[in-house]
Amino acid sequence: MTFQLICFYAFAAITVGAALAVISVRSPVHAVLCLVLTFFSTACIWLLADAEFLAIALVLVYVGAVMVLFLFVVMMLDLDLDPLREGFVRALPVGLAVAFLMLFEMLSLIGVRALKLAPIGDPAAAAGMSNTEWLANALFSKFLLPFEVAALILTVAIVAAIPLALRPRVGVKIQHPANQVRVDPRDRVRIIKMAAEKPAMLDAPVVAKPESPTS
Amino acid sequence: MLLSKTILLVIVLAPLVGTLIAGLFRHQVGRSGAAAAAIASVALSCVLSFYVFYQLVWGGAGTFNHDVYTWLEVGRFGAHIGFMVDRLTAIMMVVVTFVSLMVHIYTIGYMADDPGYQRFFSYIALFTFSMLLLVMANNFLQLFIGWEAVGLMSYLLIGFWFKRPTATFAMLKAFIVNRVGDFGFILGIAGVLYWFGSLDYAQVFVGALDPAAATKTVEIFAGHPWHITTVICVCLFVGAMGKSAQVPLHVWLPDSMEGPTPISALIHAATMVTAGIFMVARMSPLFELSEAALAFVLVIGATTALFTGLIGIVQNDIKRVIAYSTLSQLGYMTVALGASAYAGGIYHLMTHAFFKALLFLGAGSVIVAMHHEQDMRYMGGLKKYMPITWITMWLGSLALAGAPGFAGFFSKDAIIEAVGESHRFGSGYAYFCVLAGVFVTALYSFRLLYMTFHGKERFVVDAHHGHDHDDHGHRAPGHLAHAPHESPWVITVPLIALAIPSVLIGWSTIAPMLYGGWFGGAIRVGEANNVLAEVGHDFHGPLAMVLHSFTQAPFLIALAGFAVATYIWLLNPGIADKAKNAMRPVYNLLAHKYWIDELYQAVFARGGIMLGRGLWKGGDAGLIDGLVVNGSAAVVERTAATVRWLQSGYLYHYAFAMILGLIALLGGLWWVVHAAL
Amino acid sequence: MITLAHFLTLGAILFCVAIAGIFINRKNVITLLMAIELMLLAVNTNFIAFSRYLGDPAGQVFVFFILTVAAAESAIGLAILVVLFRNRATINVAELDSLKG
Repeated sequence: MTFQLICFYAFAAITVGAALAVISVRSPVHAVLCLVLTFFSTACIWLLADAEFLAIALVLVYVGAVMVLFLFVVMMLDLDLDPLREGFVRALPVGLAVAFLMLFEMLSLIGVRALKLAPIGDPAAAAGMSNTEWLANALFSKFLLPFEVAALILTVAIVAAIPLALRPRVGVKIQHPANQVRVDPRDRVRIIKMAAEKPAMLDAPVVAKPESPTS
Repeated sequence: MLLSKTILLVIVLAPLVGTLIAGLFRHQVGRSGAAAAAIASVALSCVLSFYVFYQLVWGGAGTFNHDVYTWLEVGRFGAHIGFMVDRLTAIMMVVVTFVSLMVHIYTIGYMADDPGYQRFFSYIALFTFSMLLLVMANNFLQLFIGWEAVGLMSYLLIGFWFKRPTATFAMLKAFIVNRVGDFGFILGIAGVLYWFGSLDYAQVFVGALDPAAATKTVEIFAGHPWHITTVICVCLFVGAMGKSAQVPLHVWLPDSMEGPTPISALIHAATMVTAGIFMVARMSPLFELSEAALAFVLVIGATTALFTGLIGIVQNDIKRVIAYSTLSQLGYMTVALGASAYAGGIYHLMTHAFFKALLFLGAGSVIVAMHHEQDMRYMGGLKKYMPITWITMWLGSLALAGAPGFAGFFSKDAIIEAVGESHRFGSGYAYFCVLAGVFVTALYSFRLLYMTFHGKERFVVDAHHGHDHDDHGHRAPGHLAHAPHESPWVITVPLIALAIPSVLIGWSTIAPMLYGGWFGGAIRVGEANNVLAEVGHDFHGPLAMVLHSFTQAPFLIALAGFAVATYIWLLNPGIADKAKNAMRPVYNLLAHKYWIDELYQAVFARGGIMLGRGLWKGGDAGLIDGLVVNGSAAVVERTAATVRWLQSGYLYHYAFAMILGLIALLGGLWWVVHAAL
Repeated sequence: MITLAHFLTLGAILFCVAIAGIFINRKNVITLLMAIELMLLAVNTNFIAFSRYLGDPAGQVFVFFILTVAAAESAIGLAILVVLFRNRATINVAELDSLKG
């Protein structure tokens, strides 16, 4: 048993334990924190598989961003937990039965196939480069288009999340550029045709006063 | 010289113009206008027909056979309107237009107070047009069009008084029974088109002579090859059986007497019912090739000639007696065709047209005089009231019974002799039937005369109702508002005009028409079958024939019939009832017309209703409505109701379904992998 | 020596834990979302293991994209969750049956 294997078993045990906690603890906040632990230990497992870049990306993106987002949401919502836990015990035997059935199927399939595969060395090292470089080579040559599409998807997701969560609040004084552009002057100014009339006291000196040659 | 196409077109189209004027503009032209238009158009047609006849017979004109209009061309098949006018056609044209003209004139008097006056003229003029289209056709398609058109007019005219339930029943019966025959007819036409590739008479007749056609057979029933000419001819003759009312499709003709009497004279005695006879004579080049088909024709005709005549003896309705007489005489014509004596059939057709139209119009005259009473049991002694009708009816009956010298004598005698000479299968039976038929004919003919015109008056004139003309429909049978009197001139003139040829026409025409090869190429008879030529060897002029006949069987048999009729119904009237009681089963058989109507009603009518009801209940309501329409809807509804249950709306149900699917997929993969190892 | 089977077994266990989580926490949308993240994690682990042991970078590229899309999905899902809670004052799945047929 090598050091790596010991590490693997340790991290795997933490991962599975944390995952079990995620699905079983009562408080959502605790569940999110357990999920963070799961992700973290999984990242360590990935390091053992020589996938350094993805392991770091997992920690940065998931633990640093997504999980924090989860945490925010869970803390923001004022949840009544009792109805949500309803049926937990009743569903447990069925859930466990299904899960174990599936596990049995998958493990027996793994046992058949994986043991036939001869282990090889680190492919990145064999190519003479680091894992990140190895991955980048593939990503920016063969998978360039999917990479850019992925960027677009992320942008769309950000834009979509905003209007979904945005709440129009009443009483806020903001400008509506569209309404401003659509304004028609005829709605604002009413021009009325009327006969010219002059105030008598103003007119009198102008009209009535004869031009006096003397003045 | 050639016949003028224009004249032929005018002959056909003039009645059509007349019918359009009388029918479509009946309010504008009024009653007299409609009558004038119809009569003028048919008179024009008649005059021109006589002219064409003259041209053909004495003017040296050849056979006219040209298309005048192309209806459509599909590949090699062309549908044309065309005329084939030879002597056979010409004689039919003359008979049709002449009888039609007489009936038109007669109608002025007979229908004088009928509200449907213009409609009636429109119908009979249209009938004349259809009949001319039929007889002048030069192809099967036009023949069929005319065939169906005269059937339609027959239907409309039988039901002319459509408010009578019996009339509407009779019109439907006539139409439906004719459909049965037409089914065979159209099959025959289809066979002609299929095997000869053309519908033109000339091409078909040439094609039929081809030796290849003579050996061609078809297996209608597996294992029984039939010659195609036999199949075609039998099918065509089935059509003729319907139209010419041969057993067993004769049932519609007696019922057709529900129509006005002029119609009975025109359509159901003189012209339309002879269309079948004409058609078979026209197809003689085909029929001659099939011995089997001719034997079939012979047996059917003989059966009709005897057995329908027997029914006529026990009928009491004056028109029905004449109707059964018509059936019997049509049987004679058919026998002649079956014995290959086509000219004899056509000859009898012509003479019969005159005297049978005369008899019908005379019966109509009696009916008018009796205020639309048709039952002979309430007549008697009418001769002193209506002498012209009496005399002409006597002349017509003598002609019908075959008294020597009258028109019917020559034609019927020729047929009987021709059948006697024939050696075809069934000719012995046919000979017996036509000889026995002579007796029967004499019996019912003179019975009719005696019961109508002689003996005691069996009707009562109610003097106190003398002022009332309109209620004769509500009167008890045998009670008249005032004494019968002779009919007006528009009725008697046609009677006289028809009586003259009924008496005289035989003398001048028998020699050329029967024995002189008068029809030329229109009728083709095989050498072995030429029975008329055999008969013609013994023919030494009409006078010799008349004198010779006094010692021959037909005359003696007719004389016996005359004597029996005179004894029973004139000299000793009580004996009729005694004879009726003595032979009750025979009387019942005849009075019920061999129960054929009841049989058809029970089998075909009831069967048709049951079949229809079965299809309605089982096929339409059950299968189509129930299973296909409502059933598919129910399946959709039930499926949707089941699937709807899956759409619970709960997220975790969908998740659960997905996971189950995943488990199943993995299980399948697991099974495959482990099975492979 | 860590073999491929080690990684795959870990992935399978994680996946099954997530499935069990979906079953027993079926009323709570937040936990459901977290269980889905666990599933994705299990799948990603498999991809990385295969990439490592087959010497093919495509597996790791796939993981990269999955991370991207899953992040976007989480953002949208949480946004929907917020709106849902604002409108219905609950995240109980049992009360969300508007789609019932």
